[in-house]
Amino acid sequence: MKSLTASYGRRAPGEPRAVGYLYVLPALVIYALFLLVPFGQSVWLSFLHWDGLTRATSAGFDNYSDIFTDPSLRAPFGHALVLLIFYSALPVCIGLLLAAAMSRIRVRGLTFFRTVLFLPQVLAMVVVGVAWQSILAPDGLLNDVLRAVGLDSLARPWLGDYDWALPAVGIVGTWVMTGLCLVLFLAGAQRIPKELYEAARLDGAGAFREFFAVTLPALRAEIAVALTLTIVAGLRNFDLIYVMTSGGPGEATSVPAYEVYHRAFELNQVGSAAAVGVALTVLIFTLTVTVSRLVEGRRS
Amino acid sequence: MSSKIERTFTYGILSIFAVISLTPVIGILSTAFGEKGSLNTGFSLPEGGLNWSNFSDAWSQGHFGTYLGNSILVAVVVVTVATVLSILAAYAFGVMRFPGSNVLFYVFVIGLTLPQEALVVPLYFDLRHYEITDTYWALILPQTAQSLAFGVFWMRTYFRNSARSVMEAARVDGANSFTTLWRILVPMGRPAITTMIVITFMWTWNEFLMALVMISEEGLRTVPLGLAFFQGQQTSDTSLLAAAAVLIALPVVVVYIALQRRFIEGMLTGAVKE
Repeated sequence: MKSLTASYGRRAPGEPRAVGYLYVLPALVIYALFLLVPFGQSVWLSFLHWDGLTRATSAGFDNYSDIFTDPSLRAPFGHALVLLIFYSALPVCIGLLLAAAMSRIRVRGLTFFRTVLFLPQVLAMVVVGVAWQSILAPDGLLNDVLRAVGLDSLARPWLGDYDWALPAVGIVGTWVMTGLCLVLFLAGAQRIPKELYEAARLDGAGAFREFFAVTLPALRAEIAVALTLTIVAGLRNFDLIYVMTSGGPGEATSVPAYEVYHRAFELNQVGSAAAVGVALTVLIFTLTVTVSRLVEGRRS
Repeated sequence: MSSKIERTFTYGILSIFAVISLTPVIGILSTAFGEKGSLNTGFSLPEGGLNWSNFSDAWSQGHFGTYLGNSILVAVVVVTVATVLSILAAYAFGVMRFPGSNVLFYVFVIGLTLPQEALVVPLYFDLRHYEITDTYWALILPQTAQSLAFGVFWMRTYFRNSARSVMEAARVDGANSFTTLWRILVPMGRPAITTMIVITFMWTWNEFLMALVMISEEGLRTVPLGLAFFQGQQTSDTSLLAAAAVLIALPVVVVYIALQRRFIEGMLTGAVKE
């Protein structure tokens, strides 16, 4: 790869060496001004107490230590981790089980199924929120179905219930992400040579052994991609929370992404909002790096 | 298991999940075509055939005509600028060698995982300072910057893999790097560029947080922002809300159905960093 790059690097006759910078420059200026600099400012703001109007005062690490000590800040991070079960763990597990069950045959009409299963991914989260809000409403589809099958006692205003609001929002995440995982794993499973399954069966492996010996290792790369995409999406779920619950009831569904907006633009605690944003970034990077380490570590 | 049972089982599972995927979509469609003012969120086909009046009401009464216009303007500018700048930068990262190129490239790649929430707060105060909040610029500039992360990453892969012999030939012919790019590599790379365009379009079209923070003037709202405010006002009129939601989702869904392979490819590889 390196030598290939080197030969690419040869310039056309008479071309200055610095021309590469010229090509990068316009993109870099926009990217720096509207992404890198604001991120840097976030880090700086996170060390200040500021209400957005009057003079800011230094806060030291206060805004960060608050995340661990202040219950109204600790809770959103706890909720985010709970939501990761719904956004990430459940879709990956469901996707894996189904892909494994389907890996032995060639699926016809895969394009159709793939298009339908992936559809939730292209809908605006605001639209997804509106659609699910009416399903989860007190007189919505879910409760209608529960009453129709005689489970009246289970019917409840899902998004208004202190215990059920967070799992209800989580289920929407599972709905959005499962199709993505399934599409990823199906594509991967269709590439596994059928001889591997035959060999496993000749060795007397049951469905269970076959899954761990053949399917799971073959889908390692796809699992890493699925985990990365779902974790990032699960932690950046501002739109859904804003539309469906606004963090409520009480603070039952507040998440860091929502807390940044809430603190900066509704409570005028700009420094604290910036600290939550930076902490969220650290969390996302830590988790995604861990995922890729785990996957690559096993490979070597 | 015999292969016939396996086959039935497989298609059964795929069908169940396809139905689960479609249920909320069908729900919102049936509400949108339903009787106006109806509280019925059921899934039966509305009586008296399809009712289009909700759409015209959402369009005029709900100002979604204006919001769609704003969304189209922002999306067209962001996609155009981000595409051109991404191609230029990715070309340099893909085929040229200059000091610092690797570091610079990774700086762009970081943008793929950097959450908006970590920059939206100072960005708001910066843009307010320069008095461009409540203008199209406040939507266009930040979203262009965010789109560049994916664009540069995606197009660099294309330039890395594009036929080396073609470029060598162009060089022997004395073409400079710019001519090689626009005359040969861009026309050749139409599939990769299409993927980048549809993904950037979708992200820009669906963007909510940036619009919520930057725009307070009603006439400048984009469609997702319009829907959120509409929902706040008219919780009782679910059919209008549903019609507005359909109007928002439609453009992306149409492009998605036409180019689903490009969409899926782009969205799934965005996470694979080398």
